[in-house]
Amino acid sequence: MKPLSVIHYTLASALGHGKSATLAALQEDRSGLRVNNFADAPLETFIGRVDGIEDIALPPDLGKFDCRNNRLAQLCLELDGFAAAVAAARERHGPKRIAVILGTSTSGILETERAYRRRDPASGALPGDFQYVATQSMHSAAEFVRRYLDLDGPAFVISTACSSSAKVFASASRLIQSGFCDAAVVGGVDSLCNMTLYGFNALQLVSSQPCRPCDPQRNGISIGEGAGFFLLEKTPSPLALLGYGESSDAYHMSTPHPEGLGAALAMEQALSRAGIAPQAVDYINMHGTSSRSNDSAEDKGMQRVFGTGTPCSSTKGATGHTLGAAGAVEAAIACLSLEHGLIPGTCNTRSIDPELGSAVQLQHSARKLRRVMSNSFGFGGNNCSLIFGVAS
Amino acid sequence: MIDIYLAGIGLCAPGMLDWAMGSAVLRGEISLSNEEPKPVAALLPPAERRRSSQATRYALQAGQEALIMAGLPATEAAVVFASSDGDGENLHHILESLAQPEHEVSPTRFHNSVHNAAAGYWNIATGAHTPANSIAAFDDTFAAGLLEAAVQAATENIPVLLAAFDLPLPSPLHEVRPTTASFAVALLLMPRPANTLTRLRISLEGKPEDGTSMHHPELEILRNGNPAARALPLLQAIATRQAQRITLGWGDNSLIIELNHENQ
Repeated sequence: MKPLSVIHYTLASALGHGKSATLAALQEDRSGLRVNNFADAPLETFIGRVDGIEDIALPPDLGKFDCRNNRLAQLCLELDGFAAAVAAARERHGPKRIAVILGTSTSGILETERAYRRRDPASGALPGDFQYVATQSMHSAAEFVRRYLDLDGPAFVISTACSSSAKVFASASRLIQSGFCDAAVVGGVDSLCNMTLYGFNALQLVSSQPCRPCDPQRNGISIGEGAGFFLLEKTPSPLALLGYGESSDAYHMSTPHPEGLGAALAMEQALSRAGIAPQAVDYINMHGTSSRSNDSAEDKGMQRVFGTGTPCSSTKGATGHTLGAAGAVEAAIACLSLEHGLIPGTCNTRSIDPELGSAVQLQHSARKLRRVMSNSFGFGGNNCSLIFGVAS
Repeated sequence: MIDIYLAGIGLCAPGMLDWAMGSAVLRGEISLSNEEPKPVAALLPPAERRRSSQATRYALQAGQEALIMAGLPATEAAVVFASSDGDGENLHHILESLAQPEHEVSPTRFHNSVHNAAAGYWNIATGAHTPANSIAAFDDTFAAGLLEAAVQAATENIPVLLAAFDLPLPSPLHEVRPTTASFAVALLLMPRPANTLTRLRISLEGKPEDGTSMHHPELEILRNGNPAARALPLLQAIATRQAQRITLGWGDNSLIIELNHENQ
C-alpha cells in the first residue's frame, strides 16, 4: 500500500497526558499502575487510571454526551495541539472530507451502570436524566468527537474488543484510498467501568498485582483506561502508516489460538502491505496483556513470522490494558519510539518466561528505529497488526 | 465512487423469514405477516449455538443464507457485522448483576458482551481466518456498514459479507432506545461481476437527504424502527429489479446507491 501520513497524534494513559509525559515515563521504565482506587468498582487489583478525567467539562452544547468515556476523549483531544491540527486540516480539506473512525469496547457504559443503580423501585425505569444514546450507545464516542472537532465527514465506531482502535487505521486507509475522504481522525478511547473489571475478573484474567507481561509468574492483566488520536492524510510526511493486517483466529471467543495462528496471519499481512521483509522491522510493541495464554500465543506467532531476533516488549505493565483504546495508545507509543529512537521496556516484569522464545526487552534502550510494528488482539479472535515508519 | 457486485442476500425478520419470503413481500406478492423467525444458525456447532445469543443467531442466519446463495466458501469472505446496539439482552443481564452488591458477572455473558460477538461466532463456525469487523453508527449503522464492506471489497479485492442486525432491547433499555422489531440482513459483495445479481455503484454526497422511504406503511414503520431495516428500500429495489437509485441518510451526508440490474 501507499504509505498513509501521520500528520499529528496524541495520547493519554496512566503514564500521563500527552507525548512528553509518556516519553519521559517510557525512558525511565516507570509504570503508571496504582492500587485500584476506582470507587465504583472496589476490586483487589491494580489499575491504569488517567488523572484529571473528573475535572473535564464538556462544552455546554454537547452536554448530553457527558460520561467518563467522552470526558477522556476530550481530555486527549486537547493534548499536544491535536484539536488545533484538526482545525487546520478542516481548513485545508473542508469538514465533509474528514472522516472520524474510532475504536471503543465499552463506550460510556459506566453511566448505564450507575443508572441501573438508580432505577425506579416501582416501575424499574431508568432515571429521567440518563442519556443512553449520547453516552452508552456504541456510536457515542465517534459522534461526540466529530461534533467536538466540528467535522462533517462519515463517522462510525469500530468495536472489536481489544483490537478496535488498531482496525480504525485499516478502515481509514481504505476510505482515503478509494476517495471517500481526504483525511481521517482515527483513534480510540476506553474508560474504567465495572463491566470490564468484574467481567475479566469472572474469567480469572485479572491479576491482583501489577501485571507482568511475559514474566514466568504472570497471572493476569491490569485494566487501564486511555485514549489516542491520529490525523491521517495522503500528503507526504516523515511519519507514516506503512501497512496493516487483519485476521481472525476462528478458535475461541475469549482464548487466543494456542499457536498464535491468527496473530501470525495479521503480522504477515501487515508486512506484505508494507512491502517489507520481517528483518526490516526494528521493534514490535506486543499486545502482551500478561495473561498466560496471550503472551504465549503471541510469542509463537512472532517466532513464526520473525524468528527470535526482533526486539519486542509490552508496554501494558506501564499503561495497563486499555482494551478498546489499546490499539491507538500503543500505535502512539510506536510512533513515539520511532521519533525518539526508543525501544520501551516491559515494566514490572522481573525475568522473561523461559518458555518464550522472542527477544522480549525488560528495560528500555536507545536505538535508531525505522519501522515499528504494533500488535492488537481481541476477544472473538480478532487480530490487527500495524506497521509505522519514518522516512530515512 | 466505487462499483461492487451483489452475489447473495439473507434476511431474518418477522414476516420475512428468508430472502424468498422477504422478496415476495417486497414485490407485494404476499402480505407481511407477524410470523417470528426462529433462527437456527445451523452453521454453529451445537455447543456454540447454546452459548450464542438470539442477536448472534439472527445475524448468522442471515449471513449463512447470503453465503449459500452466492455459492462461496465462507473461508474466502471477510465479514463486516454492523449493529447499532448489539446484544441488548446480554447487556441488560450484566447491568443487573453489576447493580447488585456482589458484582458477579457470568463469564459467558461477559465474553458474549463484546460488540463483535457475532463476528467471533461466525469465524469459529466457519473456520474463516479472514478479517472480521464490527461497527456501529447509531441509526446510520447500515449505511456505515455498507460503505465499510463495499470499500473493503473494492480496495482489497476480496468478497465481503455484510451482516446488519438489531433486536429490540429489553426493558428498561427499550424505553431509552426503542427498536420496534427484530431485523437482520446480509449482503455478499464481490469486487467483480460473476453470476452476480446486480451492480451497486456507491457514492457519498456531502449533503443530508432523507433516506428513500417505503410506500407500504408497515414496511415504513419497520424501516424507521430498526437501524438494520434501513436496508429495506435497497432490498425492494433488488427484489423488484426496478428502482435505480436509493439514498441512505448518514448524518450530514447521504450514501447513494445506484443499481444496474443488467450490468452484472
